[in-house]
Amino acid sequence: MAETSSTPKLSRKDFISDQDVRWCPGCGDYAILSVTQKVLGDLNIPREKYVFVSGIGCSSRMPYYMNTYGFHTIHGRAPAIATGIKAYNPDLSVWVATGDGDGLSIGGNHLLHTLRRNVDLKILLFNNRIYGLTKGQYSPTSELGKKTKSSPYGTIDYPLNPLCFAFGAEATFVARTVDTDTQHMAKVLERAARHKGTAFIEIFQNCVIFNDNAFQEVTDRESRWDKGLYLEHGKPLIFGKEKNKGIRLSPKTFLPEVVTLGQDGVIEGDLLVHDENREDTGYAFMLSRMMPPHFPVPIGIFRSIERPTYDSLLSEQETLALKNQGKADIQKLLNGTETWKVSSL
Amino acid sequence: MTTPKKQIEERRDVVIRFAGDSGDGMQLTGMQFTTATAIFGNDLATLPDYPAEIRAPAGSLAGVSGFQINFSSRDIRTPGDCPNVLVAMNPAALKTNLDDLEEGGILITNTDAFITQNLKKAGYGTNPIEDGSLAKYEHYQLPITTLNAKALEGVGLTKKEIDRCRNFYALGLMFWLFDRPMEVTLRWIEEKFKKNPELVKANQMALKAGYYFGETTEVIKKHYRVQKAALAPGLYRNITGNEATALGFVAASVLANKPLLYASYPITPASDILHELSKHKNFGVKTIQAEDEIAAAGIALGTSFTGGLGLTGTSGPGLALKSETINLAVMAELPLVIIDVQRGGPSTGLPTKTEQADLLQSLFGRNSESPLPVIAPATPGECFQMAIEAIRIAVKYMTPVLFLSDGYLANSSEPWLIPDFQKLQKIEIHHPKTGDAFQPYMRDEKTLSRPWAIPGTAGLEHRIGGLEKENITGNVCYDPDNHERMVHLRANKIAGIANDIPPATLLGDQEGDILLVGWGGTCGAITSAVEELRQQGVSVSSVHLRYLNPFPRNLGEILSRFDTILVPELNLGQLTLLLRAKYLVDAKVISKMQGQPFTIKEIVDGVKRLTLKKEVRQWQKQAAHPS
Ligand SMILES: Cc1ncc(C[n+]2csc(CCOP(=O)(O)OP(=O)(O)O)c2C)c(N)n1
Ligand code: SF4
Repeated sequence: MAETSSTPKLSRKDFISDQDVRWCPGCGDYAILSVTQKVLGDLNIPREKYVFVSGIGCSSRMPYYMNTYGFHTIHGRAPAIATGIKAYNPDLSVWVATGDGDGLSIGGNHLLHTLRRNVDLKILLFNNRIYGLTKGQYSPTSELGKKTKSSPYGTIDYPLNPLCFAFGAEATFVARTVDTDTQHMAKVLERAARHKGTAFIEIFQNCVIFNDNAFQEVTDRESRWDKGLYLEHGKPLIFGKEKNKGIRLSPKTFLPEVVTLGQDGVIEGDLLVHDENREDTGYAFMLSRMMPPHFPVPIGIFRSIERPTYDSLLSEQETLALKNQGKADIQKLLNGTETWKVSSL
Repeated sequence: MTTPKKQIEERRDVVIRFAGDSGDGMQLTGMQFTTATAIFGNDLATLPDYPAEIRAPAGSLAGVSGFQINFSSRDIRTPGDCPNVLVAMNPAALKTNLDDLEEGGILITNTDAFITQNLKKAGYGTNPIEDGSLAKYEHYQLPITTLNAKALEGVGLTKKEIDRCRNFYALGLMFWLFDRPMEVTLRWIEEKFKKNPELVKANQMALKAGYYFGETTEVIKKHYRVQKAALAPGLYRNITGNEATALGFVAASVLANKPLLYASYPITPASDILHELSKHKNFGVKTIQAEDEIAAAGIALGTSFTGGLGLTGTSGPGLALKSETINLAVMAELPLVIIDVQRGGPSTGLPTKTEQADLLQSLFGRNSESPLPVIAPATPGECFQMAIEAIRIAVKYMTPVLFLSDGYLANSSEPWLIPDFQKLQKIEIHHPKTGDAFQPYMRDEKTLSRPWAIPGTAGLEHRIGGLEKENITGNVCYDPDNHERMVHLRANKIAGIANDIPPATLLGDQEGDILLVGWGGTCGAITSAVEELRQQGVSVSSVHLRYLNPFPRNLGEILSRFDTILVPELNLGQLTLLLRAKYLVDAKVISKMQGQPFTIKEIVDGVKRLTLKKEVRQWQKQAAHPS
């Protein structure tokens, strides 16, 4: 099995397990796996400190392919199980692989609470807008009216926006990336890994079998620059092949609008400047609501703020209890407050 | 005025029931009486009985809260069949409890509360105090509210605050009536209201006023004394099942030298375990109130995977939610302890009442072949050692273990001989280390359990999950023969635990006509019933099971030595079904489904009824086929 690791310098190879990868050829999951392996290799954390936890779905097979500790659990519950792992041993780097169905449908409740608690977990949400493993039913992120095996007349469920969900839950680190842009993904994952708290990353992932080209607008090389907006901290919100389009707050409605630089006297200084560190979620929420046809799709880190993590607070309470109640004395605890003695007759 | 000399009467045991509106503080009164009684040195057993509504409308039948205590100069095991004394703080309390009071028993009523409005709410056409219907009891009519208010005149509290002290007045009177010491309660009041010296004074005054009322007035002519019980020597405290459960798991954590993580979602009657454990963070105990029972089980299982003691607790409806996670623990072969404090069901059922009907759910309420050990404490105090036992089995056999308590055990209390911690056996745990030859599903030859390699150990990185495992390597494997082998291995591992648990022991003769088989919190009632029946000359023995899966290895042989097997249980016959299936015996159930524990009499009667039927049948058979 596993050879001894802990060598300080690791590379992608060290994170490849001995199991055959069984995703469909062409599936976006391969890119996510490979980028993750590479990023971990660069992080300088010993291999035995990584734990990958997943629920159920195609994406949730990921732990088997990572040469780390791994736990492939049950549908939707990975965030809870990962919370137990991190709470018990805050020294581990705990990652969750989940799908749009796994994380947002059956596991929506756990995801919500994990985000609000700010457990120091890295959550990769593989969003393919479909159920892959169960062969093509609609998911909570499928577009309204989508025809699938379980919705021959089209879905009547309004789709959920994973990022809005995350902001609603007070997530401290939220990002979006795309399976086809491995460089961008690597940068985002690295930042997520370094974040102290729950890092939530939506990854647009192509399911070639049941929902091919679901994100074509963003992934297609041709349209990518027109339809995608790459967020960079401290930089104005500019996009377009000619880098001449931007987002500003409309002076009339105070809502975002797309403008063209140079037209109607619009200059770069009019544009919104991206700030990941805003405490208030309003701005990030606004960004996350932007989508075609009226807006480009923002890609990148939407929000990154500092807040004490759940696991550190849990440990702090222990320290506090030790200070207030003193060192644990089990016999004293068993005795309680009111005792009496029965002497032998 | 000279204090009249009062008569004092010796009693061997007394059962008192305090009953009043949920706002009257009856649980508190009962608990204080219990503590005083425990410290006085009687043996005792209690039965709190409270409504599911937090505050039903004042004076209504639904809002009646009761607390029963049985205390004695001898060894007792149940809260008592029928009260000898009933304290009824209002008409609704009288109405719902009077039927249980023994004939000629002492009845104390707070006459102040017997006003038209309350009588109507309780459904009384006439005032029972006046219409003669209470004549057959030794009835003391006391205007407790008025007496209390008089005693507290001038303490500078509002009328409402003064009235809220009346339960202490009643308690004081009971202290006098049964010759209990007041010191503990006086101290308790001081501690409880330490932020408000006026309340301390008022409540203490009320308590003393009640006491001296009994001593000085003419109304009550005699009082009672119950001698200390001859308990085994040692240091004692009073303990409820939920407290003992929580302490047992803390102790197990110390014995295993491993932190405990308890994740739970509030549910009656299990919540007190969460409350208790969350106080003990200085023992390294982590407690998490999860978003639901599924998450709680998941958090606990994540802890187990990481090498900690993962514990989760709930009641029946929550157990249903946890079943998928428990099954993952079965497949991943991880130690996880699940506490189920059973309550009335199905569904939300009777949240505050007791039942024993989750046995089959515990054994079979998961998809596929999913064996796991199920154990059940028999008394409140025994929850302590069974908690340690749950952890011992879980870590030794790498398996989830179900700890079946129930609402009665959870809330009732008894004197508990405090164990000497030094004498408790350590729990040995071995984790493979870097460099050990390691395969995640390699098995220990004796226990069949797999190694517990924990994340953070270099070189032992491995992946497990809910998909079927290849034997030894633990890799995902869909091979049909492997699956069958693994199903057998998992089953054999659990079955083998029978060799590691104490054999069942018999109460009564080693063989005979009738054997009662019991489990869980019915132990006290069954044991007392057996003693009573044996005194009446009935050939009856009993065996009480603390291990429900696997059964003790000598159980089949014990069953074979008796003609008739009867199983008293608070369900329609779940253990009965298991015994019939496993041992092919004609076991019959003595069933009760009223949200209340068995009385001794119900079991005695049940035995007579079922055995009589058998005699009649035999007689009929003989008549049909004369030899
Ligand atoms: C309790 C439970 N319900 C249903 C399933 C079946 N199931 C397996 S995966 C899945 C959906 C997965 O979809 P998604 O999370 O989008 O992952 P993908 O396969 O697309 O990566 C479902 C419904 C299950 N395994 N467990
Ligand atoms: S079904 Fe879709 S998501 Fe699943 S492996 Fe195949 S391509 Fe990937």
